[in-house]
Amino acid sequence: MSNTPDYEKIEKSACRRRTTGNIILYFLLTLWALVVLFPFYWMILTSVKSYGSYNAERIPAFFTLSPTLQNYADAFTTVSLGRYLANTLLFTLVTTAVMLAVITLAAFAFARLQFRGRDLVFTLFLSLMMIPNELVVITNFATVTNLGLRNTFTGLILPSVTSVFYIYLLRENFAQIPDELYYAAKVDGTSDLRYLRRVMIPICKPTLITIVILKVIECWNSYVWPRLITDDPDYFLVSNGIQEIRENGFGRENIPAMMAAVVVISLPLIVLFLIFRKKIMAGVARGGTKG
Amino acid sequence: MEKNNQKGWLYLIPAFLFLGAFMIYPLVDVFVYSFEEGYNSASQTFFGVGSYNYSYVLHDPYFLQAVKNTFLLVIITVPLSTGLALLISVGLSSIRPLRDLFQTIYFLPYVTNTLAVGLVFMILFKKTAYSDGLINLLINAFGGSSVDFIDGPYWAKMFVLCFYTIWVVMPFKILILTSALASVNQVYYNAARVDGTSRFRIFRRITVPMISPMIFYLVITGFIGAFKAYSDAVALFGTDLNAAEMNTIVGYVYDMLYGDSGGYPSYASSAAIILFAIVLTITCINLLVSRKHVHY
Repeated sequence: MSNTPDYEKIEKSACRRRTTGNIILYFLLTLWALVVLFPFYWMILTSVKSYGSYNAERIPAFFTLSPTLQNYADAFTTVSLGRYLANTLLFTLVTTAVMLAVITLAAFAFARLQFRGRDLVFTLFLSLMMIPNELVVITNFATVTNLGLRNTFTGLILPSVTSVFYIYLLRENFAQIPDELYYAAKVDGTSDLRYLRRVMIPICKPTLITIVILKVIECWNSYVWPRLITDDPDYFLVSNGIQEIRENGFGRENIPAMMAAVVVISLPLIVLFLIFRKKIMAGVARGGTKG
Repeated sequence: MEKNNQKGWLYLIPAFLFLGAFMIYPLVDVFVYSFEEGYNSASQTFFGVGSYNYSYVLHDPYFLQAVKNTFLLVIITVPLSTGLALLISVGLSSIRPLRDLFQTIYFLPYVTNTLAVGLVFMILFKKTAYSDGLINLLINAFGGSSVDFIDGPYWAKMFVLCFYTIWVVMPFKILILTSALASVNQVYYNAARVDGTSRFRIFRRITVPMISPMIFYLVITGFIGAFKAYSDAVALFGTDLNAAEMNTIVGYVYDMLYGDSGGYPSYASSAAIILFAIVLTITCINLLVSRKHVHY
């Protein structure tokens, strides 16, 4: 009987300890969230400060009472930000579309069709995954230069329209479709291509969407290859554009206009991410590499 | 029914063409380049064959600087980012309210353009004639004196580079670890709780061993990724990385190939092959170590 108050006390102290633990946990998680969010806040904040008021601040202000959109207008008129965006959009769409066609056909051949040497070729394909881009970029640069394709979209797009990894990902998915469907379609006289289009692609849509998302992120952020291949600002993608803006555009000190350009460049992917949040995170967990 | 269907090759033609032209041929060619001495890219001629390119690269002070920077970056960022990601993921999986919100926020850096956000970091850390920058104000508030993180002393520049790199790679690691944690069978935790095991002991004895394959996967990909660091440095210090003493091995390769100091594909090839050898060695060591410590 005399033990009962003790139990209550123990339970209370355990409860208190759990609450303190949770408070500390939430505090630390919020801290990291702030570290992540702060650069975004700062770039938006700086982009709406006027040039004069930004340079007059010796101690940067954490908010502004007179936001202006002048910097955004400058970003589109003083430098050709619109052109960079259009280039990147074109590059992303064409690269992704061509890549989808190439990898779908290859994955279909590896998963569905029977021909001699298939498995050997597939193994060789897989071993190509180990080759780092840095090794092949040197010759590709020479090839594209010799073909006279510098400063063209063809030169930009060509080397990035295949991916061994995506062929592998898609093949694994294709291989899960039961053979009976294929035989049934064959009995009905369906051609291979029609079977691929009408049956396999619809079934594997989630994987295809994952691949598209990953490729779009990759294209939007690609920097090294475009930098090697283009030195004419008419063909710059956003990454090169921002580097150009930093080194030559606006004059070095017009930081608010620079930040406006950064916001405009970052926004499309962030909006895309907020819309397709679940899909993107699942896709990256399955097939992403960065870091 | 499906005997010897040669049509299969037809479907593979596009993939073969692209891979052959832009992956297999270059792979062979890069070794050829690296042994051609005195290669001239304008006339496409060379004097002889030998290992001079390698010895040139290995004696180039810029390359040695790049190797030092890259190794420092790898040694600092990989353990820190993996450890931090592990702590954050464990924290994330032990809360319920607001978890989705935190996960979404933590993932944001993954979908941003490295070059663009790098500019924001540069502004936060940079000391200009007008203003010391926000970070320096914070340092001043705690009683320290201002440091120019972008054009200042070496350790300050290295600090910013490491900080930015960690900021960029965290989303992927947190995502992978939280999904690994979600798949651990709850039975183990319940059993431990019945035995009155402490939180720290549960973490060390159950959580870490159960997700150790994923941790090692992240360590290996982290090493490979950090050895190839380049665009983060460009974002912070501009394209002339040699002048900033902040070049990386990959940066050295591209500088040799193109740009103001470019036009030497042979040196670039040698440097790229040296990098590949380093990465391969480290990855093999990682795999050997992981065989001892990972529980599958």
